[in-house]
Formats: sequence, C-alpha cells, structure tokens
Amino acid sequence: MLRSRLSPCLLINDGALVKSINFSNYKYVGDPLNAVRIFNELYVDEIIILDISASKNNRKPDFDLISNISSQCRMPLCYGGGINDLDTIKKLISLGVEKVSIGKSSFDNPELIKKASKLVGSQSIVCCLDIARSRFSRKLSCRFLNGKKDSRKHPLLVAEELINLGAGEILFQSIDNDGKKCGYDQKLIRSLTENTNYPVTVLGGASSYENIKEISDNFGPIGISAGSIFVFQGIHSAVLINYPDAFEKKRLTTVKI
Amino acid sequence: MNVGIINYGIGNVSAFKYAFKKLNCETHIVDKPEQISNSTHLILPGVGSFDYAMELINQSGLMNSISENVLLKKKPILGVCVGMQIIFEISEEGKKEGLGWIKGEVKQFQLSNTKKINIPHMGWNTIKNIESENKLCKNLDGHEFYFLHSYYCVPENNDLIISTTEYGSEICAVVQKNNISGCQFHPEKSHDSGLKVLSNFLEIQ
Repeated sequence: MLRSRLSPCLLINDGALVKSINFSNYKYVGDPLNAVRIFNELYVDEIIILDISASKNNRKPDFDLISNISSQCRMPLCYGGGINDLDTIKKLISLGVEKVSIGKSSFDNPELIKKASKLVGSQSIVCCLDIARSRFSRKLSCRFLNGKKDSRKHPLLVAEELINLGAGEILFQSIDNDGKKCGYDQKLIRSLTENTNYPVTVLGGASSYENIKEISDNFGPIGISAGSIFVFQGIHSAVLINYPDAFEKKRLTTVKI
Repeated sequence: MNVGIINYGIGNVSAFKYAFKKLNCETHIVDKPEQISNSTHLILPGVGSFDYAMELINQSGLMNSISENVLLKKKPILGVCVGMQIIFEISEEGKKEGLGWIKGEVKQFQLSNTKKINIPHMGWNTIKNIESENKLCKNLDGHEFYFLHSYYCVPENNDLIISTTEYGSEICAVVQKNNISGCQFHPEKSHDSGLKVLSNFLEIQ
C-alpha cells in the first residue's frame, strides 16, 4: 500500500544552505551538496530543494550545482527557484531532476504550467503555493517572491486552476508556521485536502516525528515535508542532519485503511 | 557488458547513468543506431505522455536498430515507466500505436468513491506476488519502489506479470516476456532496492 512521503526541504540562498523562520531570519546551515550526500545515506523518500535567491535576483537556476546534486540523489529530486521558461524546465529534467517546482510563474505566467506539463508530463510539474493568513481578517491568500507579494487569491482556487492547467502536484507551504516548530497547521491542511484528488505535499511548522505521524494518520497518504526538524536538533538548535530510519519511517508514514 | 541507455529525447537518462555507476557498470547514452548494436543491454527510459514518447521514438531514427536488436538479436531491454508503457500496443492516454512487443493495453486509473486515491500514483509503494522463478525481482518481495504515473499496463497474458502493486486495485508493476522487461516504478530513483533490480537486469543474458 502507498504510504505518505516524507521529504526534507532544503533552502539555498546564494549557494549556501539556510533555514528560515517565517520566510526571514535566515540561518546558515551548511553546504548543500554535503547535506544531500547525508540525506542520500539516510534513504530519504524524496528531497525538495528550493533556491530562494534565484527569482528574487532575476537569475536562472545554478545548473552546475543542480547537476552535482542530482548525480548524488538515488531518490526523486524536486527543484524550485528561478524557473520561468520552458527551456529551463527542459534543461533541469535533462540534468536528472524529477520534478520542477514552480512558484512565481504560477501567478504571473500560468500558461507556462500548461506548456510544461505537455512537454515533460504533469507528473514532473509541481506548483509551490506559499500561504499566509492576513494579519487582521485572517483570510488565507497565496504569496510569492519569498512571501513578499500577495496574490490576494485563495490557495484552493489557485491550486484547482493550476491542476486544470496540467500541474501534477501542489506543494502547500505555510508561511506563518515556517521554522516555528509549532506543529503543522492542521486546520489549513484539512481545508486544502478535504475534497481534492491530486497529490499534495504540505510544508511548514513540523515540530517532531510524532507530529509527522499525526499528519499522515489524519490526511495520508500525503506528501509531508519539513526543514527545521531534519537539520536542527536539541534545545539550542544545533545543526545536525537527521531522518527516521526505515523502521521508524514505516511507523510514521504507513496509512491505516 | 555494455549498457546502452536509449536517448530518444525524453526521459531522465542521466539518472540511469549515475545509478549504473554506483554498480560499477559502464554505460553509454546512445542516440545512434550503431551504438545500439554495440550494446549488450538496453534501457528504454521515458517520462511524459504516451503519444509524445511514441512520436519522439519514431522520429529518432533509432527504431529499426532497436527492433533488430530487441526482436531479432533478443538483447535484454528494460522499459521504465512510460518506457514500459510504450512496449504495449495501445494506451488510453493517446491515439498513437505503441511498439506492440507485448500484447495488451495501458489504462487510466479511475477515481473511485469508495477508496480515496489520488492521481497520479506518486510515492513509495511495495511490490508483491513476485513470480518465484523470476531473476529480475529476485528477493524483492515487499520492497518499496518509487512510482509516479497516471496510467498502468494490462498485459493480455496474465502470466507475463512478474509482480504487482496495490493502488486502488492490484496493478502490474513488472512485466516480462523473454528478453523484454518493463517496470512501472523508477529503479534509478529507488535507493538500494532499485539498484538491485538494475543489477538483476544485468544478469539476464
């Protein structure tokens, strides 16, 4: 039976691995290649790498780095950051990236999703939706460009549009819970997954392995991603890459029918 | 041993190159007819849609050489994901004719009201009911592999199904007819179990 997928999400900022809180307060975590090497040895289900400095600086993905990373990965690799045309997508797939994650272009160029899914198949097109609640009305909306721009659109509506255009998976990321280790926003996840029939990965707020189990039990099979808990450990948040072993992973992600 | 990874313009050829490198096995990414003749084993990768894959392989100028080496010289070939699906005759995904090396069709997952399944089938799933004599999946019963697909293969002859996986219903995960094999999952992205399938494939002569 299919179980939930458990994927570390790594952020790259100007070539260095970082971890954020609420999409800011970036803390240096280490070297991306080294981290991928370790995660490979830990048999992770999938790895998500987002270059948060690419679109912001209007630059293309770092193809050399990605090629080095993908040659290490013996599990699926999802890459996002600076993807705004078909050639870039083609190039990334040819470098050994399974899935490309598209953020900003999901909003300002949705045609790209349609064309890209025709070209490389829906299964390789992930749309990344960063979600925040507005400070006063608590209304949900999608943000882009590292949370700086507000699309003023509800994530569920955006997701449906993108799936209809050809996206194969939606990565829902909670900006409010990012890096806080306060637990996933289950209310949000429920509202986003209740009536959907496309693959979803949720990200933002993971507090512990048990918190992951909760999400899998309540919403699985589902993609579950996390940053902080896989790179930090202990009360002082020392950098220590970790991931559950095969037995523990099975316990956390097996879905009871 | 000389593994040729057929590059017809689609599919993640470098992932196979890296996986075989882990097995200390020399590979070549082949895009010319004579390179196919020089290979002892062939990998037929594939992502994307059935019709697009067929269109590209038909335009590649490799088809005569592939047919000759697979159907006449009986070289072992492993089709992966869409590369497995195009081995069949026809797909619900498109209108184009498949390679037809194995009789049968490729069907779409149906959304069901009773069981919640998402489409595509994406993630790690176990394979089971492995045919006991089979070399390709030897000792892999219950192992997990990475799947990513919206359509699945239905061979006319059930005996060709080497192992199955459960998604909504029991579907074909691995198919084999003589020197022609196909797997729906991605061995090149399935950690040690995937490498085992690839090394088993190399043992087929």
